[in-house]
Amino acid sequence: MAKSILRLTLNGMPREDAVTDNTLLVDYLREVTRLTGTKMGCDGGECGACTVLVDGQPRLSCLSLATSCAGRHVETIEGQVQGGALSPLQKAFHEKLGSQCGYCTPGMIMAAEGLLRKNPAPTDQDIRDALGGNICRCTGYVKIIESVRAAAGEAE
Amino acid sequence: MRTGVETSKPMVGRRVGLIDGVEKVSGRADYTADLDHGPALVGRIYRSPHAHAEIIRVDVSQALALSGVIAIITGDDCDTPFGIIPIVQNEFPMARDRVRYRGEPVAAVAAIDDATAERALRLIKMDVRPLPAYFEAETAREAGTVNLHDDRPGNLEREVHTEFGDVDGGFKTADLVCEETYDCAEVTHVHMEPHASLAAWDVERGRVTLHSVTQVPYYVHLRVAQCMGIDGSQVRVVKPFIGGGFGARTETLNFEIITCLMARAACATVRMKLSREETFLTHRGRPRTRVRMKIGMTNKGKMTACEAQVEQTGGAYGGYGIVTILYAGSLLNAIYDIPAVRYDGFRVYTNTPPCGAMRGHGTVDVRHAFESLTDAMARQLDLDPFAVRRANLLTAPTRTINDLEVRSYGLPQCLDWVEKQSDWQGRKGKLKPGKGMGMACSHYVSGAAKPVHWTGEPHAVVNLKLDFDGGITILTGAADIGQGSSTILAQVVGEVLGIEFDRLTVIANDSRVTPKDNGSYSSRVTFMVGNAALQAAQNLKSILTEAAAVKLDVSPGDVECLGEAYAIAGQQGSEIPFNDVVTQALVDTGTLTVKGTFTVPREFQGGKYRGAGVGPSMAYSYSATVAEISIDEITGRITVDKIWVAHDCGKALNPLSVEGQVQGGVWMGVGQAISEETRYFEGLPIGANMLDYRVPTIVESPHIDVGIIESIDPNGPFGAKEASEGSLSSTLPAIANALYDAIGIRMNDTPLTPDRVLAALAKQKRKAG
Repeated sequence: MAKSILRLTLNGMPREDAVTDNTLLVDYLREVTRLTGTKMGCDGGECGACTVLVDGQPRLSCLSLATSCAGRHVETIEGQVQGGALSPLQKAFHEKLGSQCGYCTPGMIMAAEGLLRKNPAPTDQDIRDALGGNICRCTGYVKIIESVRAAAGEAE
Repeated sequence: MRTGVETSKPMVGRRVGLIDGVEKVSGRADYTADLDHGPALVGRIYRSPHAHAEIIRVDVSQALALSGVIAIITGDDCDTPFGIIPIVQNEFPMARDRVRYRGEPVAAVAAIDDATAERALRLIKMDVRPLPAYFEAETAREAGTVNLHDDRPGNLEREVHTEFGDVDGGFKTADLVCEETYDCAEVTHVHMEPHASLAAWDVERGRVTLHSVTQVPYYVHLRVAQCMGIDGSQVRVVKPFIGGGFGARTETLNFEIITCLMARAACATVRMKLSREETFLTHRGRPRTRVRMKIGMTNKGKMTACEAQVEQTGGAYGGYGIVTILYAGSLLNAIYDIPAVRYDGFRVYTNTPPCGAMRGHGTVDVRHAFESLTDAMARQLDLDPFAVRRANLLTAPTRTINDLEVRSYGLPQCLDWVEKQSDWQGRKGKLKPGKGMGMACSHYVSGAAKPVHWTGEPHAVVNLKLDFDGGITILTGAADIGQGSSTILAQVVGEVLGIEFDRLTVIANDSRVTPKDNGSYSSRVTFMVGNAALQAAQNLKSILTEAAAVKLDVSPGDVECLGEAYAIAGQQGSEIPFNDVVTQALVDTGTLTVKGTFTVPREFQGGKYRGAGVGPSMAYSYSATVAEISIDEITGRITVDKIWVAHDCGKALNPLSVEGQVQGGVWMGVGQAISEETRYFEGLPIGANMLDYRVPTIVESPHIDVGIIESIDPNGPFGAKEASEGSLSSTLPAIANALYDAIGIRMNDTPLTPDRVLAALAKQKRKAG
């Protein structure tokens, strides 16, 4: 399949890459840009592990074509570290043990980041609603909720 | 620069995030599929569309002729069987002569890219002669069936019959004897990271390097060498970050060997990424288990005898089957004082993906049956279920009737904690209609006392490397799969030496560098590897103390370790910094590598009867759980509102981590109780994805309150025992008992899905009407 040039902003930096029209965003991120923080946990749209932000909105990168992000801002887990410092959510997931095996964590943090930008003081129910599409098999979610709550508290 | 001389804060007992947590939250943690693979070929597996058939021919000629296909291998390329249990190695990496389940690997393709590999798979042809297939233990055991394995007539992999104490006499002295049958559906792990492996073949040297998603790098190492027919020294196994396991990865899996065989056939590096569907097919989950449970009890709730018959639908190959069916029987004991226990176990081969070990290995469904029946009997006798448990407590130390050693026993405290926290006595029976409360207890081993492979080696070895820079590297083969074992080992070493995380690095694990470890299964790492780390750190501390003595010109007995400094005991101002002590310690010897080992003494390794090797452990964890649920009688849906769980982990080396493990285990039990089950149509998996296989989402998951009970085990490192598996199995019966409390219906079979609950409600209505 022929390739075309994809221009987008990735974690704040402009980029140009040649991609085929059928390249999924997750494959573009992992294979082309080699940002492997975004994970693939299922065969498409089942688990939320691949969640990234597109123009600030959580989106499943395994169900998105890379070309659909032309001209837009894609943010991944790698972009959350600013100036070498963990974001409030990253710090909270680490310190509160919102992450055990860590495989769902990038998607979980990006979905939570999307929530906190819209709603800086979420209730537990808001957190549950926002993360309903992100499966975690380690934590039972209790410490994930505590992590998001802690990050929200710190940002206030 | 380090100048501080104050004694460090204790490392043990500290609530601390994972030592590799920063990598995980920042996206820097490299899992197997993330590894920089260079110009690797893509590996794909051709799988059997037949549930049971003789293979007449596998034709790969057309696929091999496809441009971009580098190599194709089939069962002909490996005639060495493998399996985790040395006496039941009956599985080939790719089927030879016969396929025994839909999805079994038959051939594998190495190609230049995914699309080419995919096209090649469609060109492979397989001619077969179909055989009758059996998908449930009941049908596989019927007379006149075709045997899946020639050496196992009647498709029985293993029968177990044990009897301890006077069971018949026990039932005779009972005031109440009840018997019920429970049927628990097959469940599977659904670790978040799909299976993946990366194998590089070194053509010139004839060596293979495998990166894989394993909990047991050592067992993988053994089987890869065995199936490739090469010396173990020519194999290197590296475990990158692992996205969970829960038992799925506690044995060598077919795709790991296939990737290595393909790398050799293609003279290249091959990367294999299994889809989620293939990850389901690889399975090794908890078998469908039917339990007939019989308990005798006096009017006061004292148990007089127990009899259990267990039948497991085990799938097509041996795997851990023998161990699973033995655990199901042996751990009827070591939780309550039951004077007589009879057990009959049947592990059955079926034409479904092979089952294996899953969190709470072998014990979960049997515990569900036992605790459910106990609850029903307490009701009949008009006794409080807490009182019944209290009437049957063990007194530690004790040796059970089946030769298990119980040296610490925090179950009484667990019961007290959940009873109080849930306000059981105040609220039970007073909840709104449609709500209910139930309770149950459980336990689990802290490491299997007998390893799978008998080699005479210690159960665990840890090396500590100390070099000129003052950094200490903990070298361990214990596989951190997300449970936090590397963090625990660092805490143990840090505690002994009085040093902080910043001086410590954990390497876990690479067979070229780290000492052999049996792996992460049976909740053995904190106890066994923790003890080895403790001894290694003590050995290193002795060396440092002697070096400090030279430097301070006193005898070692007069030296005080202050962590980051050493001093003459009681003499202020005599401190010398850690790095000066290290420099002294390296004089004449250079870089230090200090070893610690741990061996389970003979008296903890069980009795002398057949099957006695499964169940013994140096310590057992204990749990008590209360579940509060709501039931929607229109939809039949159960909502688990809240769970209180108390877990006796001996000593919480990292309370944050203990809570996380207990919450995760309990929550996995919630899934098995209300929604999780694998489903097949004539052996064809029909829900092999994360939408149809219903893992609870955050929306339907309850808050889980954890009480940590510290019974301080005399043999655990700082008193610690297991914290990850034991509490799972009390969750199912606690929820089932809560369901009875809510609607007055005993539902023995799991999961308690809305359709089953509705059917039970309809039946109840018919009976009443």
